Amino acid sequence: MPQRTVVIGSRSGLHARPASLFVQAAARRPVKVTIARDGQAPVDARSLLSVLALGVRHGDSVVLSAEGDGAEAAIEELARLLASDLDAEELR
Amino acid sequence: MTTVLTGIGIGGGSVAGPVARMAPPPALPAPRAVEPDRAPAEADAARRALRETADDLRRRAETADDTARDVLSAQALMVEDPALGDRVESLVLEGTDGAHAIAAAFGEFRTALEAAGGYFAERVADLDDLRDRCTARLLGLPMPGLPDPGHPHVLVAEDLAPADTALLDPAKVLALVTERGGPTSHTAILAKTLGLPAVVGCDLAAGLTDGRRVLVDGTAGTVEPDPSPEAVAEAARREERRRERAARAHGPGRTADGHPVKLLVNLGALGELPAAAAADSEGVGLFRTEFIFLDRAEAPTEEEQTAAYRKVFTAFAGRRVVVRTLDAGADKPLPFATATDEQNPALGVRGLRTAVRDPHLLETQLAAVAAAAEDSGAEVWVMAPMVSLPREAAEFAARVRAHGLPVAGSMVEVPAAALRAGELARACDFLSVGTNDLAQYTFAADRTLGSLAELLDPWQPALLELVRTAAREGTRHGRPVGVCGEAAADPELALVLTGLGVTSLSAAPGRLADVRAALADHTLRDCRRLADLALAAPDATAARAAVREALD
Repeated sequence: MPQRTVVIGSRSGLHARPASLFVQAAARRPVKVTIARDGQAPVDARSLLSVLALGVRHGDSVVLSAEGDGAEAAIEELARLLASDLDAEELR
Repeated sequence: MTTVLTGIGIGGGSVAGPVARMAPPPALPAPRAVEPDRAPAEADAARRALRETADDLRRRAETADDTARDVLSAQALMVEDPALGDRVESLVLEGTDGAHAIAAAFGEFRTALEAAGGYFAERVADLDDLRDRCTARLLGLPMPGLPDPGHPHVLVAEDLAPADTALLDPAKVLALVTERGGPTSHTAILAKTLGLPAVVGCDLAAGLTDGRRVLVDGTAGTVEPDPSPEAVAEAARREERRRERAARAHGPGRTADGHPVKLLVNLGALGELPAAAAADSEGVGLFRTEFIFLDRAEAPTEEEQTAAYRKVFTAFAGRRVVVRTLDAGADKPLPFATATDEQNPALGVRGLRTAVRDPHLLETQLAAVAAAAEDSGAEVWVMAPMVSLPREAAEFAARVRAHGLPVAGSMVEVPAAALRAGELARACDFLSVGTNDLAQYTFAADRTLGSLAELLDPWQPALLELVRTAAREGTRHGRPVGVCGEAAADPELALVLTGLGVTSLSAAPGRLADVRAALADHTLRDCRRLADLALAAPDATAARAAVREALD
């Protein structure tokens, strides 16, 4: 099963706007993607409440997993999103 | 015969209009068991309530401004969260009724967010609000939250939370009336920013129903149900005169005989910057810098702070900006600046006191202010919150000057600082009285408690006595002494403060025109006489009444 470990790039962590953007991107993908903190149970990446409840902060690492057609592409896009600073746009 | 309701007037003149109430959270009926054959229909109804609530949030997002749109869209995403819907459905299939299943599912996520801590935990208020919206929809109860009757209205609520105030549409709301809250509540601050008439702490407003016409007088602090056409016309005439007077006076503040009183604006967020910069003022008298530190786990970098401060300084090129350094602690706890184990945070390590434990935070902020001030064209002054001793003022001033910033001052919020204002003034370049905290510490009254509003009233003669001491001692040493609390926003009280010797007044942009007009109509001698009347009164109510009588 394709997996990827990513370090969170957003300064405020996976919270507010960064979390919303991530969840919406996950919902647009045809495959189910999960996100997990190291050593914890994975949650549905399309669930904003579950993603927020992970309490992921700037610099934490998370594991993305997916299975089926388009799994690689989905993980690729979502990993890039998580690694970038999604708060930066707000400051401009 | 109707009774006129009374509360605490927040100013803003008077206006008549129909009531629109903010409904309270829905009360859930007793749980009922759901038979297995009815469960699928019950689950469908619950899912439909979630979907319709999300649709409603998205519809409101379409017409909202940028900030509100982000908030509403995120809330819609939460309500239609697949994990939430699945959990509601499985609870119903286990025999729980729809409303209790929705409440329980939200409750589980609430617990998880609380456990995540920090700014994740701050979202629990959102979840509670969404839970109430979904259950109200399912049960057919009035929708909690801000009403949207589709026409201009007087908003009546038990109290307003910061989240409500962010979503309020100033084009539709004529006035604010709340049952609770004091002169420094969120409602009061919002009303001043928007220039709306408001009455807070009006407990009998609980009896006002949707659609009833009321006449709200924010100056007198009254709400009159079913006003006569004559009363409405009289209020409109008074309002017209007030607008005319306010429109006539412009430019630097001065009394009728030319005694200058600088009129400045308060600024607490970059979102307020356009309105603050556009206001007719001589600059910013209180630039609260907390906004850039809130809602985060770590302190902002020097570069990030410089960029934010530069926006403000550039917008005020040619004018003065008084920056207040970070006031963390008490009602504004920050994970990187404040201790969490204090029994009594309002009396704890807050304001300038945090710099003793962690000087780095203050040093970074001063470096950022200095970098942003350079070539900005603004006259940048810096002051420290919660100064108690002259030594603290001197040490702060030395730090400020070490960064090449020439003017350093102290807030006067602690009675000790007011009583020893002469010593404090000698240790720095200017004083600024924060009347909200000074009232809280003078009267031993928590400023967030609506039930203590009388003690927190800025007209209290004991508070005015301390302002007089600070003004007299400060000016004796040639230092300007300003007032930047709620007191400065009240035109009548502004006259009293001027009479007490205060040299500048800083208030919400929406309130300056009335203050300027009041000053222009009275001489410094009038102001001193009014100050004597207020000081001679036994309490705030009597002080206000004595000054009003003299003005009429």
